[in-house]
Amino acid sequence: MTDKTLSSPIRDHGHHGSTWRRLPLVLALTVVVVLLSAALFAPWIAPQDPNLVSLADRLKGPSAAHWLGTDHLGRDILSRLIYGTRMSLGSVILCIALILAIAIPLGGAAGFIGGRLDQGLMRLCDGMMTFPTVVLALFLIGALGTGLVNVIIAIAISHFPFYARMVRSVVMNLRSKDYVLAARVCGAGRTRLFIDHFLPSIAAQMVVLASLDVGHMMLHVSGLSFLGLGVETPTAEWGVMISDARQFVFSQPMLIVLPGLCLLFSVMAANILGDALRDRLDPNNQTGHHH
Amino acid sequence: MLHYSLRRLALLLPLLLVVSFAIFTVIRLAPGDAAFAYLRLSNIPPTPEALTEARRVLGLDQPLLVQYWSWLSQAIQGDFGTSFATRRPVLQDILHFMPATLQLAGVALIFTLVVSVPLGIWSARYKDRWPDQAVRGLAFLGVSTPNFWLGFLLILTFGVWLKWLPPFGTGTFAHMIMPVAAISFMSLSINARLLRSSLLENTHARHVAWARMRGLSDRQVERRHILRNAIMPIVTATGMHLGELIGGTLVVESIFAWPGVGRYAVSAIGNKDFPVIQCFTLMMVVVFVLCNLIVDILSAALNPQLRLGEGGEA
Repeated sequence: MTDKTLSSPIRDHGHHGSTWRRLPLVLALTVVVVLLSAALFAPWIAPQDPNLVSLADRLKGPSAAHWLGTDHLGRDILSRLIYGTRMSLGSVILCIALILAIAIPLGGAAGFIGGRLDQGLMRLCDGMMTFPTVVLALFLIGALGTGLVNVIIAIAISHFPFYARMVRSVVMNLRSKDYVLAARVCGAGRTRLFIDHFLPSIAAQMVVLASLDVGHMMLHVSGLSFLGLGVETPTAEWGVMISDARQFVFSQPMLIVLPGLCLLFSVMAANILGDALRDRLDPNNQTGHHH
Repeated sequence: MLHYSLRRLALLLPLLLVVSFAIFTVIRLAPGDAAFAYLRLSNIPPTPEALTEARRVLGLDQPLLVQYWSWLSQAIQGDFGTSFATRRPVLQDILHFMPATLQLAGVALIFTLVVSVPLGIWSARYKDRWPDQAVRGLAFLGVSTPNFWLGFLLILTFGVWLKWLPPFGTGTFAHMIMPVAAISFMSLSINARLLRSSLLENTHARHVAWARMRGLSDRQVERRHILRNAIMPIVTATGMHLGELIGGTLVVESIFAWPGVGRYAVSAIGNKDFPVIQCFTLMMVVVFVLCNLIVDILSAALNPQLRLGEGGEA
């Protein structure tokens, strides 16, 4: 975005200058750093064991021992929120890794080899896209069983067609390019060709697509956990915490507000970063979202 | 037009056949035998004899294609099997809960359109000034807010604190306001963004410059040349939001104690109540596919290019 600003200063007329425009990005990066360190160092940061039940301290307000109070089993809310980052970030990272592991080989093969394989794969993607993603995910969880691992698998499978199609179209576009032809003439094998000339373009597209999806997937994972289909109940996860706190919605609203705020801020940060990355990396989106 | 619609409708049948076969196969190949789930939900201990008997009753001992054929021939007659848990016909249960879900999702769809279109237009008209900033901020909030959490916030604010609306339940129009708002916040935000950017794209189109050159007023240009072209992406996007809206409805229902199909389906999923899961998924796909068909027909009707192309082909 910066180089664009430099090249066309007219577009920036009437703005508050670049510092203000970059503020959301800086905030988003801060949030991501905070979340990542909370997830990585949870056992050292968290003041208490997130699963330590102490019925004597149930539903207490903020105090020196429990900065954000305790839940209906007397567990420390701050600690549970910190451990919750592990679930949200971890599951989204796994989801994306799984999607890429399915989409890049499949889409790459379809684009490279073409013919029957390509047609078959595209029909499969079309078929999967006739399902709304939530319904497809619910169905897959129904078939596989509940639990976080199955939720991750279900979300990955319900999202992969979009990625596979993208990989395929990138490969198809590049296949006929002169420099690829030149590499072929020089005797580069398919693997070599794929790694040297296709993977970088694919990677850029994948980063854009994935970063725009991360927030959405986070919402999916905690939504499914909230419904009781994902992370099992004693584990600290934001969706589960909200679900646990349902019966106290009138007496202890903070038990619902706090995990939701964590989720909201994470998704916001992910979305801001996603937009910024798209503006930088996506060659099809020169204008970004400010025309 | 009629020809096009009928042909599209006819093409749905093979699609639904393939989808139903896929659903059937995945359920049959699923880890965890259906016979186990059947026995567990009937409170019968899973002895080897009981399992063999359950497999026979459920027809699991037959080849997959034979099983599918017998399922299909019954399904065509409206028999989707009985729930393992409730022992009631699955279709009857789902048709009992479905109308409430569809009602909520339908109102959410209307609300999405009614709110997002003015927001999008307003935002594009005052590009980079405060109305635009406000709409973009709101839309950004919309795509980041968990719908189930928003449901609780609305209950706390308008149900408990201000006491303007009934916190949950069903019956009056007032009961619908909060669930509908929670469900549609995300899709109306996406819609408003999309409309804004497609309006702005059209602002630079040549036909718009031509219209201005002919001396049309700003309002006329906006209404006749920009808006009309920007409607198409909205129609297409609405087709894509439908899935999101249906999914959101399934989640948000439970918060507002709305008697829809969501809670029924979720408990079936938790229980591995396979006949219910199968029928529920199929019904959802049917609803989604039909809605998309309507969207496609609408866009064909709105787009003269497509219309002509279809006419020429037919």
